[in-house]
Amino acid sequence: MDFDLTEEQQLLADSVAKFLDKNYSFATRQEIIASRGGYSPLAWEGLAGVGLLGAAIPDAYGGFGGGGVETSLVMEAFGRHLVVEPYLATAVMAARLIATAGTDEQKKYLLPSIADGSMRFACGFHEPGSRYDLGHVETTARQENGMWVLNGVKSVVMHGAVSDLLIVSARTSGKPGDPDGISLFFVNPGEEGVAGREYPTYDGNRAAELIMLNVTITPESLIGNVDKGLPLVELTADRAMAALCAEAVGCMDALNQATLEYLKTRQQFGVPIGRFQVLQHRMVDMLMHHEQAKSMALLAAVKVDSEDAVERRRAVSAAKELIGRSGRFIGQQAVQLHGGMGMTHELAVGHYVKRLAAIDTSFGDSDHQLDQFAAAESARPVERTQFEKPRSKWKQIA
Amino acid sequence: MDLNYTPDEIAFRDEARAFVRAHLPPEIARKVIEHKRLGKADYVTWQQILHRKGWVAPHWPVEFGGTGWNPVQRHLFEEECAAAGAPPLIAFGLYMVGPVIIAFGDAAQKQRFLPRILASEDWWCQGYSEPGSGSDLASLKTRAERRGDHYVVNGQKTWTTLAQYADMMFCLVRTSSEGKKQEGISFLLIDMKSPGVTVRPIITLDGEHEVNEVWFEDVEVPVENLVGQEGRGWTYAKFLLSHERTNIAGVSRSKRELAYLKHVASKEHAGGRPLIENPRFRDKIARVEIDLMALEITDLRVLAADRQGKAPGPEASILKIKGTEIQQALTELMMEAVGPYALPDLPDAWGDHWLGEYVGPEYAAPLAARYFNYRKVSIYGGSNEIQRNIISQQILGL
Ligand SMILES: Cc1cc2nc3c(=O)[nH]c(=O)nc-3n(C[C@H](O)[C@H](O)[C@H](O)COP(=O)(O)OP(=O)(O)OC[C@H]3O[C@@H](n4cnc5c(N)ncnc54)[C@H](O)[C@@H]3O)c2cc1C
Repeated sequence: MDFDLTEEQQLLADSVAKFLDKNYSFATRQEIIASRGGYSPLAWEGLAGVGLLGAAIPDAYGGFGGGGVETSLVMEAFGRHLVVEPYLATAVMAARLIATAGTDEQKKYLLPSIADGSMRFACGFHEPGSRYDLGHVETTARQENGMWVLNGVKSVVMHGAVSDLLIVSARTSGKPGDPDGISLFFVNPGEEGVAGREYPTYDGNRAAELIMLNVTITPESLIGNVDKGLPLVELTADRAMAALCAEAVGCMDALNQATLEYLKTRQQFGVPIGRFQVLQHRMVDMLMHHEQAKSMALLAAVKVDSEDAVERRRAVSAAKELIGRSGRFIGQQAVQLHGGMGMTHELAVGHYVKRLAAIDTSFGDSDHQLDQFAAAESARPVERTQFEKPRSKWKQIA
Repeated sequence: MDLNYTPDEIAFRDEARAFVRAHLPPEIARKVIEHKRLGKADYVTWQQILHRKGWVAPHWPVEFGGTGWNPVQRHLFEEECAAAGAPPLIAFGLYMVGPVIIAFGDAAQKQRFLPRILASEDWWCQGYSEPGSGSDLASLKTRAERRGDHYVVNGQKTWTTLAQYADMMFCLVRTSSEGKKQEGISFLLIDMKSPGVTVRPIITLDGEHEVNEVWFEDVEVPVENLVGQEGRGWTYAKFLLSHERTNIAGVSRSKRELAYLKHVASKEHAGGRPLIENPRFRDKIARVEIDLMALEITDLRVLAADRQGKAPGPEASILKIKGTEIQQALTELMMEAVGPYALPDLPDAWGDHWLGEYVGPEYAAPLAARYFNYRKVSIYGGSNEIQRNIISQQILGL
């Protein structure tokens, strides 16, 4: 058991903190959100410059060679700074998916372009009727003259409109809900038949509804094996969720710090409001939620790289379930303890609260994660022996 | 003991229902029910409809325009209004300053202000809170100095709800800094068009403009706008708070929201079935419903005590806490119900004249903003912490 970071990991954590402190203040972030694209090409370049875009890319392809832990270090810092760049989809989801399942060609061409900041990705795994069910894929891909032809709609694709390449799930056989028959494809957003509608989301990000109408793409656009895409989608979603858990922990940290500071400085009835015991206990609860969330984010960061899919799923769903709850508690209480100030657009507090709410919704809220956790639990044999055989027979005392 | 309404009460309810159904403009009701943005005209239109019928101020003494209804009849009327989707009556004139003027104002003030309140000719706002004085209201600093037949007001109010619409403000000002801080407070009626009054918007975390800062720079207020005696403002403010509690529990509105939540949950699907059939979600709805059933009876018990002439007491705090917790739970569940489609942030989509396309179902559009906005209800009107302090001091004697 070792909770210490390696030297390289500590260096990574330091460099991301330093970079964001210097380049991503809350005011800068608000300007970025208000800008046309809703992201910062400058920040993106900077992230590439300090090597953060390659944190989870193998060394051979110009990256840092990290995994779940490295990603979570970056994301936690992103949470503290409420970063709105398309990092998750590009440097976590796409990068790791390509590294896991891409062909040599795909890796050679795409991974260095992620690491050096020249390509951004977006992932479309959800559809209007799918809610959080990754297997509910109605989008179809059929083969025609040696090409793939895609038709369907993808919903709430984060940063969909600013990506250079999309990754979408599509059904190559079976019917919506079947675990088999899903495949993954790269789709160039400039391809004929791709259309979309971009809109802001309440947490300061942008998303898009993506419509594909007879989009014809080459056989090389396939990622992994035909019909066997769902496990890859799930793996990618798990990696995203583990990363989001770390981001949430960063948000909670910032909220707790701000709230604690407010309790010490805001005066009512002639004393700092932190002198009221009910608020002290509330703040203690916020701290405990944060600590528990940290633990679960750690667990998810480590286990997300587990070979055992059940173990991975259990850890990630458990983390996301708990973090959904703790994020809600901390968010709501941070507003409450700030009184009217907590309700303002001007203060960063509300923006963290909104980001935490959005994280809860992403890839399934706490309720959904409970289902996932329970399902993963029942998929593995339970060791019951010690309960099944009573050690002694009941003896009635006369 | 009989928890049923009497035949007379039922006959009254039917009369109220028939009137509301016949006269509430359907386009206003639709906005209310579907959480669209309401404008000044929507509130005023409905209040004027009620005024023409003589029903806009049921709780006022008959001689000033009240209806002479008992508390149960008032409750039934509120139920009918809320169920039909009537906008809430704007409390500042009808529930707050009106009763204060009736109880403590002089004849001229009654004549001048009451008819205009009934006819919704003046929009009032509440000038209590200041940047340094929220929960500790008695510490307020806005000064009013008597100069001849005028007071000269200097200072700042904040969080002033809908001051952007207001013609008049009832305002707590400090006329003396001697003695106990409560004793130097006076109750002034300020014309918002007076030179030296500046209203600045505060945007809340849901992006809306609902509250304001109001600045006073040498604002001259005629002495005839002082209510009651100088230095007695705190007593009037406390009297007002006991009136503000009318319908503080918001039971009837929460019943409508609960019905709407069920509607949304029956439209949404999870795992191929309506969300309302999902045991996890269904149970959460059921739990709020049970809390609401209890609150309704608690509310009626307090009303019954009222009818026996007992002064409204600290039980109002129970209604406020439980009522707001239920309101918040309902907004939370509604947002949860729509899943990923809570994320799009299109504020125009819940305003007037929206011709654009919705992202996801139409009912989803305002739900996240509403959830964030409703964090306010446990902060304003005496925060829920302050309400618990009241219960512990005044009911428990701790
Ligand atoms: C949307 C909105 C609309 C409003 N509209 C109006 C309006 O129209 N007119 C108006 O005058 N005001 C209005 N208010 C102001 C509102 O009444 C105040 O926000 C409220 O009284 C709390 O004051 P504060 O914001 O200064 O918070 P603070 O008093 O600073 O409180 C901060 C935190 O400390 C807690 N706290 C404070 N004292 C104690 C204590 N003794 N024990 C335990 N906990 C304590 C509070 O509960 C809160 O959680 C509005 C507020 C909001 C958010």
